[in-house]
Amino acid sequence: MRRFTIQFLTAACLLTSAPLSCFAEQALIAVASNFSSPARAIALAFEQESDHSVRLSQGSSGKLYAQIYNGAPFDVFLSADTEKPALLVKEGLAIEGSQRTYARGTLVLWTIDDGVIINAETLRAGDFVRLAQANPRLAPYGLAAQQVIASLGLTQALAGKRVIGENISQAYQFVATGNAELGFVAMSQVLVDGELVKGSLWRVPQTLHSPIAQDAVLLTRGLNNSAAQEFMAFLTSAKAVSILHSFGYSVESDALGPLGSMEKTDG
Amino acid sequence: MDDNLAAIWLTLRLAATVTLVLLLVGTPIAWWLARTRVWFKGAIAAIVALPLVLPPTVLGFYLLLTMGPNGPIGALTQSLGIGLLPFTFWGLVIASCFYSLPFVVQPLQNAFEGIGERPFEVAATLRAGPWDRFASVALPLAKPGFITSAILGFAHTVGEFGVVLMIGGNIPGVTRVVSVQLYDHVEALDYGQAHWLSGALLLFSFVVLFSLYTFNRRASSSVGPRV
Repeated sequence: MRRFTIQFLTAACLLTSAPLSCFAEQALIAVASNFSSPARAIALAFEQESDHSVRLSQGSSGKLYAQIYNGAPFDVFLSADTEKPALLVKEGLAIEGSQRTYARGTLVLWTIDDGVIINAETLRAGDFVRLAQANPRLAPYGLAAQQVIASLGLTQALAGKRVIGENISQAYQFVATGNAELGFVAMSQVLVDGELVKGSLWRVPQTLHSPIAQDAVLLTRGLNNSAAQEFMAFLTSAKAVSILHSFGYSVESDALGPLGSMEKTDG
Repeated sequence: MDDNLAAIWLTLRLAATVTLVLLLVGTPIAWWLARTRVWFKGAIAAIVALPLVLPPTVLGFYLLLTMGPNGPIGALTQSLGIGLLPFTFWGLVIASCFYSLPFVVQPLQNAFEGIGERPFEVAATLRAGPWDRFASVALPLAKPGFITSAILGFAHTVGEFGVVLMIGGNIPGVTRVVSVQLYDHVEALDYGQAHWLSGALLLFSFVVLFSLYTFNRRASSSVGPRV
């Protein structure tokens, strides 16, 4: 009986990973949807190196923000932007000084057709019916797409052709299903293991839009959780950065961005 | 604020159009389902109920595929010279009709089934033909069913979100309906606008539903004694 009680308590400790922590801790990470695949890979690498474990919950940054604001039990927030983590710090729900850019997104113009050359001239020529992008009000990639169109002086010319996805996955779907001939999507969506698998892309010069920075922040709840703190540190490790690159993201210290750095390592 | 009003107006137009189309399309389906004894009746009834099963965004995704250039509906509309349906008002109408079909067909079917055989047999002995029996017996007796169907079809279209989100493309005045506009406000953390729009939507819907239900009760009690 007594042995059973001990076993039961051990199991309970393992299951709940209470702050008193018998062995290792567990952190609950809120991840912006666009980053869920790399986050899974990074979490896996983290768990191989650490005794701690992490669990991921994905959602749009706006929804996750609303959930955190209303008491959701997250320890770390990987947002798709910089504003929401800053807001959480201001509201006392995240730890001041913990906010850092963990990834930079790469915007590409993408078509489902293989072997086509697309670039700014394609946009100027306007020889297409629909151009998909994410909602500039909600998604950093959408804002960047709008800035690119404005930088090229095409805001008026393309107004009737733009269709807006709620997020970057929807913009991708509009193009992938053939409903839009062209679309501004994330490099991370069209790369599999660092290779373009379908269609053709134009990597939009970063000079045409402001950086797509994604910030992470340690939430107040995660302050005494060593799993959460170690995961925050692991995000900027060489291991995590190489995973980021393979998913088409870059980090602030990259001069060339994901493809450039990969070409270097390949060559 | 202008955006909100444009979204409200668009939503009302969409819901009214969809309700009208569904009553026209749903009535023969419901009538057939209520009266037929063929062996595949169950299969048709199940197909009509299927939109209830798929999550709306998933249903929307498949509509995006079928209405796209590589899908059967897309191929049909292109060969007819209409172009592609996604990102257009009529694309939303068709998608919404799929989505709200069970909400219109099932109350109508119940209403038709509730009439039973006897009124039709009596009408037949008075030499009423099939059309006459449908128009002078079935339609008046099923009136509460029609009102319920119209209310559900309308309300369900107003509250529709996932399907519109997937095939709409969020174009102001064309496909940006209230639910999408509301979602945008919430996602952009503009909770003030979201509260305003939600409040307006709830108030409006309450007024419409309240007046229809009140009317429905009077209508059914006035039909009652004549049976």
